[in-house]
Amino acid sequence: MTLADTVSLPSSRPRPRRRPQRRSQWKGFLYIAPAMALVIVFFILPVLFTFWMSLHRWPLLGGTRFIGLGNYIRMASDSRFYAALGFTAYYTVIITIAIFALAFPLAMFVERQRRMVGVYRTAIFMPVVVGLASASLLWVWFANVDSGFLNPLLAWLGIVDLKTNFFASFDSAFFVICLMVVWKVAGFTMIILLTGLQAIPTELGEAARIDGANRWKRFIYVTLPLMRKTMALSLILSVTGSILAFDQFYIMTAGGPQNKMISVVYYIFNQSFVSFNLGYGAAMSLALLVILVLISIFQLWLLRVGEDRP
Amino acid sequence: MTTKKEARARRAMLGAGGYHGTGILLAVFFLAPFAITILSSFRHGTEARLPPIPPWPTTGFSLDAYRNLDSFGAGVWQHTLNSAAVAVGTALLTVVVSLLAGYGFSRYRFVFKNALFVLIIATLMIPFQSILTPLFIILAKLGLNNSLIGLTLVYVTLQLPFSVFMMRNAFDAVPKEIEEAARIDGARDLGLLVRVLLPLVLPGIVTVAIFAFLNSWNEFLAALVLLSDNSKFTLPILISAVRAGRLGAIDWGAVQAGVTVMSVPCLFVFLLLQRYYMRGLMAGAVK
Repeated sequence: MTLADTVSLPSSRPRPRRRPQRRSQWKGFLYIAPAMALVIVFFILPVLFTFWMSLHRWPLLGGTRFIGLGNYIRMASDSRFYAALGFTAYYTVIITIAIFALAFPLAMFVERQRRMVGVYRTAIFMPVVVGLASASLLWVWFANVDSGFLNPLLAWLGIVDLKTNFFASFDSAFFVICLMVVWKVAGFTMIILLTGLQAIPTELGEAARIDGANRWKRFIYVTLPLMRKTMALSLILSVTGSILAFDQFYIMTAGGPQNKMISVVYYIFNQSFVSFNLGYGAAMSLALLVILVLISIFQLWLLRVGEDRP
Repeated sequence: MTTKKEARARRAMLGAGGYHGTGILLAVFFLAPFAITILSSFRHGTEARLPPIPPWPTTGFSLDAYRNLDSFGAGVWQHTLNSAAVAVGTALLTVVVSLLAGYGFSRYRFVFKNALFVLIIATLMIPFQSILTPLFIILAKLGLNNSLIGLTLVYVTLQLPFSVFMMRNAFDAVPKEIEEAARIDGARDLGLLVRVLLPLVLPGIVTVAIFAFLNSWNEFLAALVLLSDNSKFTLPILISAVRAGRLGAIDWGAVQAGVTVMSVPCLFVFLLLQRYYMRGLMAGAVK
């Protein structure tokens, strides 16, 4: 770079023009080295290690033993694993529909530039910034039969009896959890959808209005098709987030009435860190990882489809 | 003529009324749970067992719930300190590491540059929940199991894809001429980065720091798995233990106090730095 640098490194004199690039190569690596070290040690290595562990019988204490595909064979015939998969799928479908059913109208509500709209946006978004664990704890108290708020409120509205224990039956406990998650997440989905809505040129809606399309038709034929990419993105985030759900089931119902609320992550957690079948936990983790990567690929394909037809 | 005008004015007012009526109802639905919890946490210990109707303290303001919360684990101060140390440590370390990496990826050319960048971003595809089991073992091998430092390093790693992406974009937006001018003035390497470029990418840094802070303050599963020592628990783990109850009885007052202690900093940080938070969200959404 400077003359002094060139002099200090005589070995590169024959081809002096290549030297700065070589030096910056080395420097560039130095800048990204801390990030790479962290990603390799705490991410890449664990992913590879998951595979290695899944081929072993791996208790917390004592020796490990290579058992080949033993864990996978066990997984294939583990009815509780299938139950966890089934429950997770059920939860994912219901909660995704519920979130979209609320977030879409919310996004349209806060899209128009009117007075106070910023305040409403912020208010709706507030639950997003607290943790899922905090939200779960808040709502488990809220829906508690003895000292909660939901029972008196719903009894006053005449919907349920004052002494209804929401956490006693699967359906009502599931309802409370969904209510909590929708309350917590709707604002996030709303903001993502809002970015999509705002990207639609207003002239398109105007043109459709002049052509005689009513509000509903404009929504179906103008807004929705143009929202495809944004919808795909928020769908990805909602689906992957729901498949990985754990906090709410652990904190609010501890697995739920008759252990019916064990999600996949919860079951892996139980197997790995309660029963200490770490090898089996790793095998199931890998299965979960494959499921999620497949879903991600499918959803990336969805996004690409959105790009082909703008 | 006038009646038509009046009708239109009335309809506009009804529309505005409907709009703001809906807005206020929505705001109440999303904010009331916080308000009720925070107010209830200041009720007397005798009231904590009762439903929060009305939610505010009726027999005088009291810190009973917080005192009860303090009797769990190693005391609420210790656990708040744990959470704060992990969250602030994660934010600081994430900023430093992603600042360097973003600068390296934006300004230098080296072999495998794009492949390494994609590698960091691609870790987003893999949920950390699926690598917790080996992470537990690796941390134990490194002597970092059951340690807040180990937990912080894991959190920093989880923040990197988003943060490196943000910082690379931030540096890409800085004109090269500024750097060249600074070089002519004699600024070099880290000095150049810290004294000249840092102020220019400050908005990106704030965004990265907010997300790192909030995510690590709120994280539950990794903290639950990786911390086994009672006194090391972060707040979410402590409060979920409070919710699980002692001797079959649950102290709901302490739960309300715990939720307040956990949520208020998040709400505060968000309201204070909302602009930067939303920028990060948009950047993530566009990507």
